[in-house]
Amino acid sequence: MQQMEFDTKWTMVVDVDKCTGCGACMVSCQAENNIAPMEEGSNKLKTLTWMLVYELNNGKEFPNREVAYLPRPCMQCGHPACVPVCPVVATTKDEEGGIVSQIYPRCIGCRYCMAACPYHARYFGWLDPVWPGGMDKALSPSTSTRPRGVVEKCNFCHTRLMDARARARSEGLDPNKLPDGWYQPACLEACPTGAISFGDVKNPEHKVHELVKNPNAFRILESIGMDPQVYYISRRDWVREQSDNHVAEDKH
Amino acid sequence: MDSNLFPEGVKRCGLPKFLLWMVFPTIILLWGAYAAAKIFYYGIGVTGLDNYFGFGLWITFDLAVIALGAGAFFTGFLKYILKIDQLKNIINLAVILGFLCYSGAMLILTMDIGQPIRAWFGYWHPNVHSMLTEVIFCITCYCTVLIIEFIPIILEQKQLNKIPFLHHFAHHLHVNMALFAGIGTFLSTFHQGSLGGMYGVMFGRPYAFREGFFIWPWTFFLFVLSAVGSGPVFTVLVCTLIEKMTGKKLVEYKVKALMGKIAGTMLCVYMFFKIIDTWAWAVGYLPTVGMTFDQMFYGNVYGQWLLWTELVLCGIVPAVMLITPSIRNNPSLLYTAAILDCIGVSINRYVFTVQTIAIPVMPFDNWEIYVPNWAEWATSLMICAYGALVLSLCYRYLPVFPQEVKLNKK
Ligand code: SF4
Ligand code: SF4
Repeated sequence: MQQMEFDTKWTMVVDVDKCTGCGACMVSCQAENNIAPMEEGSNKLKTLTWMLVYELNNGKEFPNREVAYLPRPCMQCGHPACVPVCPVVATTKDEEGGIVSQIYPRCIGCRYCMAACPYHARYFGWLDPVWPGGMDKALSPSTSTRPRGVVEKCNFCHTRLMDARARARSEGLDPNKLPDGWYQPACLEACPTGAISFGDVKNPEHKVHELVKNPNAFRILESIGMDPQVYYISRRDWVREQSDNHVAEDKH
Repeated sequence: MDSNLFPEGVKRCGLPKFLLWMVFPTIILLWGAYAAAKIFYYGIGVTGLDNYFGFGLWITFDLAVIALGAGAFFTGFLKYILKIDQLKNIINLAVILGFLCYSGAMLILTMDIGQPIRAWFGYWHPNVHSMLTEVIFCITCYCTVLIIEFIPIILEQKQLNKIPFLHHFAHHLHVNMALFAGIGTFLSTFHQGSLGGMYGVMFGRPYAFREGFFIWPWTFFLFVLSAVGSGPVFTVLVCTLIEKMTGKKLVEYKVKALMGKIAGTMLCVYMFFKIIDTWAWAVGYLPTVGMTFDQMFYGNVYGQWLLWTELVLCGIVPAVMLITPSIRNNPSLLYTAAILDCIGVSINRYVFTVQTIAIPVMPFDNWEIYVPNWAEWATSLMICAYGALVLSLCYRYLPVFPQEVKLNKK
């Protein structure tokens, strides 16, 4: 599939060295996007965690052991594996900004996109969502809830982009050239350590424009060529080394 | 009691005995129906599938039965297009089996997709880039062709055939069967291929991804070849099973050996390309994404033994056995080769569905093990039971085997 280029490219940069693995991003994501709590949450492989924090370690024993935490939203790949496989065009990448969208009422739940995405960024609604104890009254009005049987995933809190654009319009600004910081996903807002940055990588006025040029910036699985719009920064070699598969003799 | 419904000149067991046998598949069918009802009511969260394994036993089962059901289109192609006349003695069974395999796979799919009532979106909002779209279209069209091929067999039932209209209708369908066989061959080839293509295009999954020719990855062609290399012998095996159960001779051994020869030849072609493909994948492609051959395997469920069993024990060995006349002409050796062949193609479908997504592509990710639960087993077995029931009815009441009367003359 041909890769599309847009004038705006919403990009997330996560400073792995700042992340403490507190999970605030995960929780705020659940709340922002109306993800129902699981009745039986013990099977982590059946929960909906659009934002998932992975724990990495340097493979050494105490006292030399080090850990790092790596939050993983949907990478909004420039060359997504999930889009060309969907038989019903329920997931596409065609909007300005390059966010990979997911149209819930269109999805037939075949899960081909999940099989295709090596980042495990897609989640399936296995059972009907249940909102215990009047929790449904606290649902976010800007995000739809999903029925069971469809695939869902992080969309960089797309509704917040809509809100930011609306605000820009009302203030007489170009909605396609948002100032830095006007559009912030929920995870960024909740992060207590400021590990997450977000913006348009093509706009020199946005912080991420410079951040991705950091020599310690990397993306996961570059060799597979999916061109993710999520970057990570770590000053630790062993963290960067876990970003991609490398055969033994071909280290960084 | 029901003897005037039997095909002309054949003997069948008494009705009570037949009904007693039918009780077994019916129990399994009901168990599966219970699971299916649960799945439709509560959602597929009741299965063993999860976010890591969106594809599991169901898709493996679908791919395997569709490959094994390939006997229908390939035998039809050889009989009606290449005019290998001997095959007329087994073509009815091949068609019925094909129909059962395809309709069974479609039944499973209605459960497998999360939103069954949106299944028609596949036709309404097709994505021309998706191999699955091709599968959806071809599978439905081909299932229709199989129904058209199945109808004349039903209409030849002794009592139905006495009705002049039905008799003529069946006759006309027969006359045009070459046309349907042709359409069927085209459609079936395409979707057997697309099923392979579905995996071959997943460039984020190094176990399955393949370069290829034009829009088709190599797996497209490998799946077609493996299906025609195993479908015909699956038909032979089912035929033999019915013979053993009923104690009758139904198809001349010569015909079975011929089917074995055909499958064997195709299997040889397949193995030739499959070995080259595996080699090129291991030493050519994998290093480009920074992975090694050894990283593709893990533990017992995903061990290398699967690959070697598939390639050698269930690939090269049956291929050689089937093309060697002296081995092929020995019944027990032919059946052994046929069983190995069918196991081989099933392993292939299993690893492509499950192993492909079990491999952690991100270096910090883990291998996960997938275990299908009772709901998936029950529904899959339900399809087998459905097949057994329909096949039993066909055998009892329809003239499936033209040679039966002659072969069983005392
Ligand atoms: S991370 Fe996965 S789900 Fe997200 S765009 Fe890439 S392939 Fe699609
Ligand atoms: S599960 Fe939904 S979004 Fe994913 S490929 Fe199937 S129809 Fe498309």
